[in-house]
Amino acid sequence: MNATSFGKRSHGGARLPHRKHTAELETVAMPAPQSVTILMSQHIGVPCKPVVKVGDMVKTGQLIGQSDKLISAPIYSSITGKVKAITEVVADNGSTVEAVVIAAEGEETLADGIAPPKIDTLPDFIAAVKASGLTGLGGAGFPAHVKLNPSNLSEIEFLIINAAECEPYITADYRTLMEDTDDVMGGILLVKEKLGIQNVFIGIEDNKPKAIELYTKLCADKAGVSVAALRSRYPQGAEKTLIYETTGRVVEEGKLPSSVGCIVMNVSSVAFLNSYIRTGVPLIKRRLTVDGGAVNEPKNLIAPIGTSVKDIIDFCGGYKEAPKKLLMGGPMMGLALPDDSYPTKKSTNAILAFTEKECREAPMTNCIRCARCVFVCPMSLMPVGIEKAYEARDVQTLKELKTNLCIECGSCSYVCPAKRKLVQSIKLGKALILEDAKKKSAQKPAEKADQKAAAEPEKAAKTEKKADGPKKAAVKEEAVKEGTDNGK
Amino acid sequence: MESKLLVTVSPHIKSPMTTQKVMLNVLIALVPAAIASVILFGWRSLLLIAVTNISCVLFETLFNMVTKRPNTVADLSALVTGTLLAMNLPVTLPLWMAVVGAFVAIVIAKMLFGGLGQNFANPAILARIVLLISFSTAMTTWAKPLQWLYGEANTGATPLASASVMAQTSYLDLFLGNKGGCLGEVSVLALLIGGLFLIFRGIITPTIPFTYIATMFVFSWLFGADPVAEILSGGLMIGAFFMATDYTTSPFTEKGKIIFGVGLGLITAVIRAFGSYPEGVSFSILLMNILVPYIDKLTRTKPFGRVKV
Repeated sequence: MNATSFGKRSHGGARLPHRKHTAELETVAMPAPQSVTILMSQHIGVPCKPVVKVGDMVKTGQLIGQSDKLISAPIYSSITGKVKAITEVVADNGSTVEAVVIAAEGEETLADGIAPPKIDTLPDFIAAVKASGLTGLGGAGFPAHVKLNPSNLSEIEFLIINAAECEPYITADYRTLMEDTDDVMGGILLVKEKLGIQNVFIGIEDNKPKAIELYTKLCADKAGVSVAALRSRYPQGAEKTLIYETTGRVVEEGKLPSSVGCIVMNVSSVAFLNSYIRTGVPLIKRRLTVDGGAVNEPKNLIAPIGTSVKDIIDFCGGYKEAPKKLLMGGPMMGLALPDDSYPTKKSTNAILAFTEKECREAPMTNCIRCARCVFVCPMSLMPVGIEKAYEARDVQTLKELKTNLCIECGSCSYVCPAKRKLVQSIKLGKALILEDAKKKSAQKPAEKADQKAAAEPEKAAKTEKKADGPKKAAVKEEAVKEGTDNGK
Repeated sequence: MESKLLVTVSPHIKSPMTTQKVMLNVLIALVPAAIASVILFGWRSLLLIAVTNISCVLFETLFNMVTKRPNTVADLSALVTGTLLAMNLPVTLPLWMAVVGAFVAIVIAKMLFGGLGQNFANPAILARIVLLISFSTAMTTWAKPLQWLYGEANTGATPLASASVMAQTSYLDLFLGNKGGCLGEVSVLALLIGGLFLIFRGIITPTIPFTYIATMFVFSWLFGADPVAEILSGGLMIGAFFMATDYTTSPFTEKGKIIFGVGLGLITAVIRAFGSYPEGVSFSILLMNILVPYIDKLTRTKPFGRVKV
């Protein structure tokens, strides 16, 4: 099939600078560092419990953490060495998480029993996906075995491969497309065949013409697989946007893509899946982009999961100058780190070190009501209204404006000429809605059943206390950090 | 490593567009009209522009000092208000009246409501209306344009105020600005250049000017006036491109902007056809400014994938 042009949606999306400086840099493999810190919560869902003890010797690819809950994914050692500590550390999102620290010792050896999984039936396949430890590599980190096992499998018509890579700077998915072509195509056909999905779209932003050309050629003789060339308009890779752009379907609020017959998978995820089925080596390393003005040698590299940011930067020739901001992830949605001791996770697709100059921004002024934020919002929300409602602590208006639908893509804050902290206000607005729902459900426990929407996030809020740190924890932490920063 | 990293909420990059640049673009867009005013009415135009600008900046600074707030003049919005105000004054206006206008615009219309972005009405429009009501004669004394060229120093009516003057004025005169009127409103050509600049730079969308002018055209025609002359005269062009498009006092969404523009056109045409003040544009903008919060509420965007409760 030929590449089709998509992206006719008139409303929404921001024009961002691409800054894909590392696009043509071939990936290099980073050797195992002296030690890795492997978080027991690297995904959306229940954290894993360590299955090793301090002092244990572990081999590369050996299981070190797992959970018996459905929404979770096992975690494997990414190097060979000795378990130095099992301790609580602060993760990139500010939550406190259990972690296994492994010090490299002895020669790198693969764990015993690593072999290609035997797959006959669909349940075999799903079990293999679970055993691989795969969680969405695009950033959200949703366990893949849950995503690939929807209750309405027979209604799934579209498999959408997310290769939009719409965030500036990041080129890891692009390098996967160009370097691991066999695994990408193999993975796509594997999932398509195992799940019996008729149509596959590979969504690629049109700022990657080489990839579009290559995959259009590769898809030519594959029935039902085609490339969707997407207009480079951020956030083209946002799940709901991508589904709309490729299929014209709208995922309703609170529903999953499967509700409209779609499964969306990141391109690196499918490529990994194919390599796992080939080799049996679970998810222990991943490709990431290192860039930013404060890095000596920007690179695309494959690093063991759990490597510290410092080790990665050192591998890239160290800092060119003292960084002012360190990001895990892209510049639009990535998290700013307080220092470079933080370890990478399964979902870490980039490490960016910005100089003081790259962090400079114009002073904040009053909102001038220019409505640029309204125009760019991919969810057609009104960030300016949400900010006002948050400032007034007006929960009712926050709900009416559908604050909960915000995907925190950052487009509004990006375009704002007044440099308002819109995303921050929206995150805090979401927290306010949660708090309010909690208060209300505490008052009227009988009505709890009606408040399904309210109850679910509440669960998340509870687990947060147990230090597993889904988004909610991050919101609060970030707010606190932001507050102190403003206070200076 | 020393812990001096900046930890803020994403996004970590921002567009180069700033409030200051938005205002600067508006100022640049007003340059053709300012040049036209100097050509048509002589150097006193420039004096008037300077006086309103300086007093606007001074009033804003003073207000910030008195209320112990950081000075906000760096956002350049005071200069936009100052220039727009001057554009809405006759060239012969005594300077002290211009200063009064600047006071009304900055202190009363803008700063008392919380400053930039918080005012409910366009400051320059409000000042023009206050001046008109307070100093009607001075505000409706119109110098004939191009006096330096023809050497005659006298005044006359604007085409809109007098049917006989309108009859003597050709479309071309109306278009170029060879007619009586305020500094910046007379030259349609200069205003169009500025307006198109704003649209081209992405500072404004064409929705408000287009719907405003189109509605005005249709209703003037329905009311039996010459629609071409109507849209080429008075403050319509400066109103449509520069005053009605003021972010703060216009609706957020494109749908809201259409309602706003149609309302403006309708009210202007009604006032011009049936009203006793020759002030269709300023009154219509003021009236529609007041409706903006309601239009905004009516035309909220429909969130993507929302479920109605």
